[in-house]
Amino acid sequence: MKLSDSLLSAAASLRANKLRTALTTLGIIIGVAAVIAMVGVGKGAQLRIEEAIQGLGENVLFVRNGTNVAGGVRGGANTKISLTEADAAAIVTGAPSIRIAAPTLRATGQIISGNTNWFTTIYGVGDAYLQAREWQIGTGRTFNPNEERASTKVAIVGQTIIEQLFSGQDPVGETIRVERIPFRIIGTTRAKGESSWGRDHDDVVFVPLSAARSRLDVGKRYRGSLVRDITLKAHSADLLETAEQEVTDLLRQRHRIRPGAPDDFYVRNIAQYLEARAKSERTMAYLLAAVAGISLLVGGIGIMNIMLVSVTERTREVGLRMAVGARRIDILVQFVTEALAVSLIGGVIGVALGLGGLAATAHWGDWPLVISPLSAVIAMGFSALVGIFFGYYPAHKASRLDPIVALRRE
Amino acid sequence: MKTPIIQARGLSRDYTVGAQTVNALIDFSIDIRHGEFVAIMGPSGSGKSTCMHLLGCLDTPTAGKYQLDGEDVSTLDADALAGLRQRRIGFVFQSFNLLAGASAIANVELPLVYGGVPRVGRLAQAAAALDSVGLTDRAHYLPTQLSGGQMQRVAIARAIVNRPALVLADEPTGALDTQTGQEIMALLAELNRSGITIVLITHEAEIATYAQRVLFFRDGRLIEDRNASGDLLVRPPSGEDKL
Repeated sequence: MKLSDSLLSAAASLRANKLRTALTTLGIIIGVAAVIAMVGVGKGAQLRIEEAIQGLGENVLFVRNGTNVAGGVRGGANTKISLTEADAAAIVTGAPSIRIAAPTLRATGQIISGNTNWFTTIYGVGDAYLQAREWQIGTGRTFNPNEERASTKVAIVGQTIIEQLFSGQDPVGETIRVERIPFRIIGTTRAKGESSWGRDHDDVVFVPLSAARSRLDVGKRYRGSLVRDITLKAHSADLLETAEQEVTDLLRQRHRIRPGAPDDFYVRNIAQYLEARAKSERTMAYLLAAVAGISLLVGGIGIMNIMLVSVTERTREVGLRMAVGARRIDILVQFVTEALAVSLIGGVIGVALGLGGLAATAHWGDWPLVISPLSAVIAMGFSALVGIFFGYYPAHKASRLDPIVALRRE
Repeated sequence: MKTPIIQARGLSRDYTVGAQTVNALIDFSIDIRHGEFVAIMGPSGSGKSTCMHLLGCLDTPTAGKYQLDGEDVSTLDADALAGLRQRRIGFVFQSFNLLAGASAIANVELPLVYGGVPRVGRLAQAAAALDSVGLTDRAHYLPTQLSGGQMQRVAIARAIVNRPALVLADEPTGALDTQTGQEIMALLAELNRSGITIVLITHEAEIATYAQRVLFFRDGRLIEDRNASGDLLVRPPSGEDKL
């Protein structure tokens, strides 16, 4: 019997029992769709974390000002301002794991260009900060040391500012007013995009730290060389924990904090936290995929069950086919083909459904859409294996029937 | 003279049912020539079905030797027997045994499917077979849309589609009314005249009159072998006569 004939014959007997075929297929559909969806969700989680880490910059740590305690009332983060530019300089020289320590000021406010304006975040930073956070310069250039020292009124703007104030035109050479003070735009940063939780990385203006301190209101709060926070970049991911310890020790010493007294600053290791979260989300997704795999297996058992029923019901048909010349292998192939057809059709629909589910999650659930062709191929292959594996035993049983007994069966 | 199409010598078939051994067929020997029309008669359990299964290569004998068209088939395995049935033998059953989901022509072409005949040739051959049983206009009907007589005609077309030397019919009229049964018998007789050897099992003496030769079985043994005019034929020598 030729393969095309086996397929035709399988199609005919599957059509003969439409409801049964549909229900059996459903088991495989659900299994495959679940596997595809779960693997996709897992990959999405991973992508989201990777994006977040990318937005953050690799191997980045933050040092924030600590908490003011006045009469037992604790004021929350950044209420006791004690970090200075000198601390940043000391960290670079005193903490061997740290490559960059960039002191920053931050303000929010209205910026104006011509007759349009926009509310945004203004960072007082140096080129070191841009390097630490891995901001790429698009057009124009970055700050030079002179500008950083001399409170020069220059600015680098993000893509969102270009869209909002300059209608997408290259703004290098233009002037924006920040708190009424004119800043000349010397450069733009390349897009970093939105973080997965919706924050726009590109809605930002950078000015030299010294300029922010001496020309903007924020300088009145951070007097002398005080800063809002210090962004650190470690030499490698492995050194993040060491770096955290080194910086804590160094700052406690510099701030003359007695042993046992609380820190007056916070060191935040966000990258490590994100890595840990990525790992746990991955584990969760694989766990779900494993459960989905089990449902595929259950679907396979459904196929086996229905094939056994089918073989029993069609005993006479098997006998007749044998009488007119079917060899054992023909009968075996026929029933395996039927099981395989059910599982492959289920596989195709399941893949489509799984991908549809993923697209829906991406659309309504604010989740990155990751379609992995490999997982579709694997799911199809696996469902084919399920069909062959669970179809084989009933088919073998059919092929071993004695034609005389089979023909006599009512 | 040509080799007889069927040469059986000392065929026996035992079944073991629990601890008991049933001798379904005992020491059966016969020669059937090409073109004969033979009826097998006998009460239930007389061994006629077992004999039919052995002659039809659906079963292998416990003892004895069976040559189909000069080829010794008593020692072939299941798959070799299947091939032999496909090429040499056509079956007609009491209950038609048509595939319910397949059209008349699809049923007829089934033996060719297993013979590996390409689709185009297969359809032409099946159409020709349907034509010879007078059902050309019913080729695409499902069995449920056909009458009993028509279904048996489809089954006969299926039996002859691979141009077999031998057609075995197991009570082909058993499920039909007298009128239709006679039509079916007339059709078989016509096929026989075209050169096909037919061996038929029946309960009814009237049906047996279509045959040129009638075998009677009782208790697993062939007890009588008569020609159409009622003459007792010389019993073929059994057992000791080696092929």
